[in-house]
Amino acid sequence: MKLHLKIWRQKDASTKGQMVDYTLDGVESDMSFLEMLDILNEELISKGEEPIEFDHDCREGICGTCSLQINGRPHGPDTMITVCQLHMRSFNDGDEIVIEPWRAKAFPVIKDLIVDRSAFDRIQQAGGYISVNTSGRPVDANTIPIKKHIADTAMDAATCIGCGACVAACKNASAMLFTSAKVSQFALLPQGQVEAPERVQNMVRQMDLEGFGNCTNTGACEIECPKGISLENIARMNREYLSATVKG
Amino acid sequence: MGILDSKEPQGPLANKWTQHKNEIDLVNPANKRNIDIIIVGTGLAGGSAAATLAELGYNVKTFCYQDSPRRAHSIAAQGGVNAAKNYQGDGDSVYRLFYDTVKGGDYRSRESNVYRLAEVSSNIIDQCVAQGVPFAREYGGLLDNRSFGGVLVSRTFYAKGQTGQQLLLGAYGAMNRQIQRGKIKSYTRHEMLDLVLVEGKARGIIARDLVSGEIERHSAHAVVLATGGYGNLFFLSTYAMGANVMAAWRAHRRGAFFANPCFTQIHPTCIPVSGEHQSKLTLMSESLRNDGRIWVPKRKEDAIAIREGKLKPVQLSEEERDYYLERRYPAFGNLVPRDVASRAAKERCDAGFGVNKTGEAVFLDFASAIMRYGKEKALTSGMKEPDDNTIRELGEKIVEAKYGNLFQMYEKIVDANPYKTPMMIYPAVHYTMGGLWVDYNLQTTIPGCYAAGEANFSDHGANRLGASALMQGLADGYFVLPYTIGDYLSDDIRTGAIPTDSPEFDAAEKDVRDRMEKLMSGTGIHSVDYYHKKLGKIMWNKCGMSRNEKELKEAIKEIAELRKDFWENVKIPGSPDSKNQELEKAGRVADFLELGELFAKDALERNESCGGHFREEYQTPEGEALRDDENFKFVSAWEYMGEPSAAKLHKENLVYENIKLKTRSYK
Repeated sequence: MKLHLKIWRQKDASTKGQMVDYTLDGVESDMSFLEMLDILNEELISKGEEPIEFDHDCREGICGTCSLQINGRPHGPDTMITVCQLHMRSFNDGDEIVIEPWRAKAFPVIKDLIVDRSAFDRIQQAGGYISVNTSGRPVDANTIPIKKHIADTAMDAATCIGCGACVAACKNASAMLFTSAKVSQFALLPQGQVEAPERVQNMVRQMDLEGFGNCTNTGACEIECPKGISLENIARMNREYLSATVKG
Repeated sequence: MGILDSKEPQGPLANKWTQHKNEIDLVNPANKRNIDIIIVGTGLAGGSAAATLAELGYNVKTFCYQDSPRRAHSIAAQGGVNAAKNYQGDGDSVYRLFYDTVKGGDYRSRESNVYRLAEVSSNIIDQCVAQGVPFAREYGGLLDNRSFGGVLVSRTFYAKGQTGQQLLLGAYGAMNRQIQRGKIKSYTRHEMLDLVLVEGKARGIIARDLVSGEIERHSAHAVVLATGGYGNLFFLSTYAMGANVMAAWRAHRRGAFFANPCFTQIHPTCIPVSGEHQSKLTLMSESLRNDGRIWVPKRKEDAIAIREGKLKPVQLSEEERDYYLERRYPAFGNLVPRDVASRAAKERCDAGFGVNKTGEAVFLDFASAIMRYGKEKALTSGMKEPDDNTIRELGEKIVEAKYGNLFQMYEKIVDANPYKTPMMIYPAVHYTMGGLWVDYNLQTTIPGCYAAGEANFSDHGANRLGASALMQGLADGYFVLPYTIGDYLSDDIRTGAIPTDSPEFDAAEKDVRDRMEKLMSGTGIHSVDYYHKKLGKIMWNKCGMSRNEKELKEAIKEIAELRKDFWENVKIPGSPDSKNQELEKAGRVADFLELGELFAKDALERNESCGGHFREEYQTPEGEALRDDENFKFVSAWEYMGEPSAAKLHKENLVYENIKLKTRSYK
């Protein structure tokens, strides 16, 4: 198939970017979306032009590196997948496809389609862990029985890949779904109870400092999340936050 | 012992590690504050080592090429992590895990290292649960297990099909705690380009900031390389696109011996190649072999009809199918080790029984598991006489709970529903058992340079068992390296900070800059990927699942020619002074082009078949691997002498005092 691509090009963080048109022929339906971009880049290189830079690594939907806004939707038209799992069979011959980086104040563009998501790391550094020593000698794993449905719900929250689609989807560029996934995982598990009040307060404080917006419950994040992280996590984080703040 | 001293402690196997820990030197907490450690790579081995060393009090700097430590490729490990907990009461023990690992590795690993791995395995689970890793549980609230290939017990702990992700996020959390305390400084989007030696000791690295293009000097008292494996040598593999051998290869060029480069794991259950455009292969977890049955049609006509789309696999009756693993290996069936399963798939496809359009695929079928689980569920739900459709529906739900994310991944990539029609799979490059040679302390042949996780060679011999990579990464990082590195660093308590303005750093930086300039000066028309794909084809066709003398010799010649062409002609647009993904790729491929030749040379000189290394000249009449313990019971450790063809072989003879060498049999 033949595609008309409109792609965001930006030299670096301090240079203004723009949309650039490309036409690409010979795209096959069983190619992945990123393989389609690989082919475009090969063409550009052979013409002596600079290829389009985009983030990607595992290409199997788990590392959370790839991050493209395709026709206005994070990770493109399909649901429950990342860009690297999107295949060209979701498109038709002659389609126009608009490809942009994540748009958020807290995610500045580095180059072309690559953004800086280090704000996510800093939110995790503020409290996304249980403070046990790794070199210590903890008790036997089976001395802490956990109800299966609790463990499963914690696992569902823990599957967040930190890609940032939730932020890109949100009209407020809020990071509530991302932050609440980690808060929830530990709030649900007995091991996480001890530090629960400090954790939620510290992570929310960092989230606000980074310049992410507020949550107005539109639910766009949940729809676009490639791992199906539920809005319930935001509700749980709000309860945790309230209880931590009230109890002091 | 010669030049290779494994530094294995004396005494009985079961006491070695405890005794060693008691005898090695320690660094007191106040002195640890004066010692810097660089860790390259933030996967399970690097991340866990960084967290633990920082917690002990050392000043740690971590480096990763990804934009966050959380994205290291350990994250993609699906199936699970082994531990000798014996929670299932099925007779598991430290000895049995040790035995299975040595046997699975076809008797080419070091006994003492493997025993230590088995010994600390159960601490890993305790540690991870304390960190809040949400492992799968049974209804009683206790941890669940499943089985993996090459063993007869259930010792694999798992978190859905995302075990690597959950373990890595645990280590990442532990790292984050130390970053917050100021004990770890994390450098993301940075790549190590060279190792710096001062007076023969590893004292720092030259790194490139991948965003600004700036070349940086970082010094430390010791350098840990936890940079994973080199399977991307084959271009198509289950590795992340950025995974590379640069850090290990730069260390090799500076004096670290490279061990068993030809020991590569080809994983039997990956989604087959669909076309020339393909950039990456996707694994379907080995855990699927717990419930999936592998088959091809018994008759060649049926295979051809399936390939041409004239026949559907579900139309073939049980009698018309060849469950070739169950037929050839009745004791282990579908759960034979990976090397055995891969070769068996290749054998059937080469014989003309492949089932996709390229003829390179076999079926992995869940129909009987779905019915079995469905029946059980119907009974426990009190249904009297459920019909087949109800049973199938119930069974599909259970299979979904176990493997849902894998089935979804398969459906998205292949556009076929694996609940209704069998998956198609074929072997693909997945892991490298070879790596930097290390002694019992995980130190390479360069003093102060350590290698952990997949980057070293030590624990898996010629074939790794499923769910053992996660175990080894975390064992090295959480429980081994933090002790053994102290023994070396105890001499450095009065050294003080290592300056970066020394002639050694000057020279290393100059080397790096010259090399980049040379790469950028190529005058040809082809991109980096063009060369990488060519290298991959040579490797897969001549150094892949089966190898022979003639083709290995051809590969050596072809790779050397390709390398020459690459250095003269590769075309890299843009500049080295800013973000430049083509330049990043070029540096990595340049090293693969050297390693590839050493790989073929290693395979050529190992005149036996063992584990993942199958030489066509050395096989039994039934086509099984024929090992030669008389002449090849050693680790090949290669010393860099310039061109790969000049590399010098050193041998570490393997001694088996606690296991009797046998021909590996899974029949």
